[in-house]
Formats: sequence, structure tokens, C-alpha cells
Amino acid sequence: MTDDVVLSVSGLRTHFFTPAGVVKAVDGVNLEIHKGRTLGVLGESGSGKSVTALSVMRLVADPPGRIVDGEIRFDGRDLMKLSDNEMRDVRGADISMIFQEPMTSLNPVLTVGDQVAEVFMIHQGKSRDEALDAAAEMLDQVGIPSAKSRLGDYPHQFSGGMRQRVMIAMAIACRSKLLIADEPTTALDVTIQAQILDLILSLQEELDMAVMLITHDLGVIAETSDEVVVMYAGEVVEYLQIDDLFENAQHPYTQGLLRSIPRLGDKFTKGKQPLQEIPGSVPNLIRLPPGCPFAPRCPHAMPKCEQARPPMFALGPTHGSKCWLSEKDAAADAEPTPAVSAGTG
Amino acid sequence: MRTYIVHKLLHAIGVALVVSFVSFFLLFYTADPASTLLPENADDQDIARFEEQYGLNRPLIVQYGDYMGRVIFAGDFGVSWVAKVPAGDLIAASLWPTLKLAIAAQILATLLAIPLGIISAVKRYSIVDNLTILVVLVGQAMPLFWLGIVLIVIFGVWLKWLPASGSETWLHLILPAITLASFILPLNMRLVRSGMLEVLSQDYIRTARSKGVEEQSVLMRHALRNAAIPLVTVSGIQFGALLGGAVVTETVFSWPGLGRLAVESIQVGDFPVVQAIVIIFSGFTILANLAADVGAAWIDPRIRFE
Repeated sequence: MTDDVVLSVSGLRTHFFTPAGVVKAVDGVNLEIHKGRTLGVLGESGSGKSVTALSVMRLVADPPGRIVDGEIRFDGRDLMKLSDNEMRDVRGADISMIFQEPMTSLNPVLTVGDQVAEVFMIHQGKSRDEALDAAAEMLDQVGIPSAKSRLGDYPHQFSGGMRQRVMIAMAIACRSKLLIADEPTTALDVTIQAQILDLILSLQEELDMAVMLITHDLGVIAETSDEVVVMYAGEVVEYLQIDDLFENAQHPYTQGLLRSIPRLGDKFTKGKQPLQEIPGSVPNLIRLPPGCPFAPRCPHAMPKCEQARPPMFALGPTHGSKCWLSEKDAAADAEPTPAVSAGTG
Repeated sequence: MRTYIVHKLLHAIGVALVVSFVSFFLLFYTADPASTLLPENADDQDIARFEEQYGLNRPLIVQYGDYMGRVIFAGDFGVSWVAKVPAGDLIAASLWPTLKLAIAAQILATLLAIPLGIISAVKRYSIVDNLTILVVLVGQAMPLFWLGIVLIVIFGVWLKWLPASGSETWLHLILPAITLASFILPLNMRLVRSGMLEVLSQDYIRTARSKGVEEQSVLMRHALRNAAIPLVTVSGIQFGALLGGAVVTETVFSWPGLGRLAVESIQVGDFPVVQAIVIIFSGFTILANLAADVGAAWIDPRIRFE
């Protein structure tokens, strides 16, 4: 089962050294992504999702950011030990990434064709002409109509959805083993969102790619993910299978997120439940409380929660929760596992 | 692109006409040619004869129309009242040295500004960055004529490496070009620095890095093209300032250009020459602006497709 682990992150700490103090944006994250599967990374803004992704790419801006600790194993190699040149060869070829803002993620002064072709020129040593031909094929594959004639067009001549398709074309150009999608649909219209998610999923199946999908949208998670990690204040607070997410979430934060989804038709149902919010906001990542970072907002907080930070309690082979409430349910012999395990595969 | 250039060209012609109109009237309202050129004991009759001879007794608007008609349709800028030769000939002789100086200064300033600006931006707050900014600030604070004299003293008089004045060889160009370049280098360097700083934090730079693009190509291919757009635009505007700066530089280095001719002509009140120089200077300023607009559009497709 561990053979098909594409990416395993353990003990990742990425801190930002600012004049105001050290921001512990990512503080001890463990996760695993398996071949051909999708890991949903769920959390509010500021929970450390994007910084985790950028850390995997080793693209955290330094200064002020730095990966201070942790191991990032990709395809058997520790990415933290690679030289800058070796890491560059990984980016775009083995691991690729698409971003939230298709409107600003493409270079406005370079043609779309050149931007896609660049990937082929860098990683496959193709000439510009060969690379442009390959780029046309990629654009065609991601559903851009009359792709060949649009190679010379500039990003501003494309709509948001089409630009995100271009981003995807660049990302899959070298048949990456892992695609990191950081809120790929957040900036798009709802109808376009579905198209882009479908495109990512169908390409994933075709290329047998692992996908790390970062989102704050439970609907997106529900449609796409196999496994889920829930992040809060720079930590993974719960990991579980997608089926467990809606039926058996244990961490009060995860439960809070689930209760804050509006349900279609609620308004007309008798005995309807009011939409609930999680009071407060993500804590200051410079001065985290000694106990559980979620305690100040938690409806179940106990005195213990303020004093000691809960470890990850394993609730099963594929489920864990960093909450003192889970202590009693945790398998007596199970040590807190550092990583998410896949159910099947 | 062609429509864009035609549009800009028409615009430029309009601007040129307005400039010539305003400068013509300013010149004639701020000074009286007869009293400047004629001897102090000239009587009213002498003045009337002088004005009759040069058509100065006609309404200004008629004089302007007559003058511009000859400039546009015959390339005739009138005859110098002092040298008694066509003003156009005087200018033709001085134009190339000035253009040579201005272009050399522009190239020098750009070639220095781009690498210095990039290094400063990439190594922000480093010793290199602080040192560059310090040197540039000192350069900016120094008046042109003074820098020119300092350079002459150091390299022309003490070290005797370079000629101190004149224009016979390319070596003569070095000191004046450095002097004039120092006039625009600070601004250009800061433009590149701030442009690069802004561009390097853009999403598309992160995209380029995530594709595995080498850092050098990230800087030169992905970032600089975007950061250069304001530099190109400002360089166009600067070219006018450069011609103005040439007036001082040419005087310090005895450089036989339009700037020196302008100073001399103003001193003796040689209106046709002054007017012709104003038109030529504004013509080149407008051309430089046009070139900058076209250059910016060439780099930035968003301008081109507007």
C-alpha cells in the first residue's frame, strides 16, 4: 500500500520571519497523497493550506519565509535535500501547480503558446517550433477551441475559465505525477467551476495523476476528493476518508465547517436548522496559545484544552483527530500516526 | 498595430502644431527683436525699417501663419538675423552632434539602469542595493555643469585620459555622454528597481517558477519585459529633458551642438534661429514620445489591442 505513495510530508514547519515576530504558517503538517487519488485540503484562509503547497514546491518566498523543519518525500526522494537545480527539474515536470487567480497567473506580455511551449522547451529540450506544436496539442486536450490558431494570442484575449484551462495545459504538459491545485475554481463563475473540476478529474484519470486539491469549499471537496485533511492554524487537525467526512467527522472544527454549509431547500423544510457559523476567527499565528489552537472557538472546550495541545489520536486506519475528545475513542495500542493513510489503492 | 501607430502619429502632429504656436507667441511677447538687435541709439525710423524688412510689423498671427507655411512646405526656417545665413543650415550643422550626445547618454543610462535596477530589486536592502542608491542619489543631487567640470578636472586635466573639450573623435563623446547620462540614470534605475520589485511579486512570476523556469529567465524573460514598460514610456518623455540637459552639457564641454547654438542665439536675440531650435527640439521630443508609445505597445499587447 505504501508503494503507491506519491507524496509524503512529515513534520513540515514553514515559518515567516516578519518584523512583528515569527509567523508559524505551517507548524507540523503530516500528509500523504497516493497515485491516482485526490487529497482534499480543507481549511479557512490563513490555515496554512497554500503555504503547505508552496512548501512542497519549495517556492515559499525567502525572505521572509523558510521551511524550518520537516521532510517532503516525493517519489522516493527527499525534496528538501535537492539542490536548487534539481528542484527546478522537478517543478513543472514531476510536480506542477495551478493557482487560484487565472486572471493574474499568466504573463500578460507573452503569448499563451509561448507560455505553454516553455514547459516543453525546459523539460524536454524541444525546439520552439516542436514545443509550439506540442502546446497546441495540450491546449486542444484541455478543451480550448481551435487551439492551434490561438497560440499567438495573449492571456487578456482569454476568459477566466479559458485561462485556467491554459494553466492546466501547462501543468499537465509533462505528465506530472502530482498536480497541486490551489483553489483552482474559487475565482470562477459557478458554471465554469464545474467544467474546470471535471476537466481536472478526467485528466487525473487519464494520466493516473495524484492531485492535491486545496479549497475552502466543502462542495468541491465532496465532488473531487478521496481523502481529506482539515487544516487549522498551520496544523492538520483531522484526516479522514471522504465518506467519513460527512458522516463521522470527529474534530469540532470539522463539524463546525460542515454545519456552516447552507443546504438547498432548508428554508422550506419544517424543523429547519439555522445556518451555524464558527464564532471568532483563526488565531494569531505569531502567538499561539499553549493549548489547542481551536479551543477559544470550540463549543466543547474543556479546561485541558487550554493547557495542552492534543496529539493526533488515531481513530482507525484512515482516520485521526487532534482533539482531546477523541482520546477515549483512540485505539489503545495505536500510536498517533504521522501520516494519512489511504483506504484502498 | 498599424492603426495604433497612425493614431499616435496624427496625435503627434497635433501636439507639434500647438507647441510651435505657443512657442512662437511666447518668444515674440517676451522680447522685442528690434530693441535687442539694433544699436541703442536707433531711432523710431530705424526700428520701423527693421520691422518692415523682416515683416515684424504684421499681426503676429499672420507672421506665424507665414512662418509655419514656409517651415512645413519648404523646410525654410528663415534667415539668421545675426549670421545672415539660413537658420536651417545653422541647425543642420549642430543637429547631429546633439543627437549623438543625447542618444549616447540615453543608451548609457539605459544600459546601466537595467542591470543596476535588477540587482537592487533582487538583492533588496543588501549592500549592493544601498550602495547603488547612494551613488545614484549623489549623482542626482549634483548639478550637471558641476559634474561636467569635475569630470573634466579628473579625467581631462589630472589623469589626461580623455579630451576635456571639443568633438573631433569618439573619445570626446565619453565625458559629455557620462555627464548627460547622470541626469537621467537615477530616475531610470529607480524605475527598473521599483518595476522589478512590483513584477516579481506577481502571480505570473510564481507560475513561471512553478514551471521550472530558470531564475535568470524568470528575471529577464518573464519579469523584465513587464518591468520595462514604464522605463520605455519615461525614456520617451526624458528625451526632451535630455535635449534640455544638452544645453548645459554642451556649454561646459564646448560641444558644437544645438544646445550651445540655442544659448548663443538667445543671448544675441537671433529669433529665427531660436524659433527653429524650439521647433526642432519639440519635434524630436514628440518623435521620441511616439517611439516610446510604439515601443511600449510592442512590449505590452494590452496596449496594442486597446
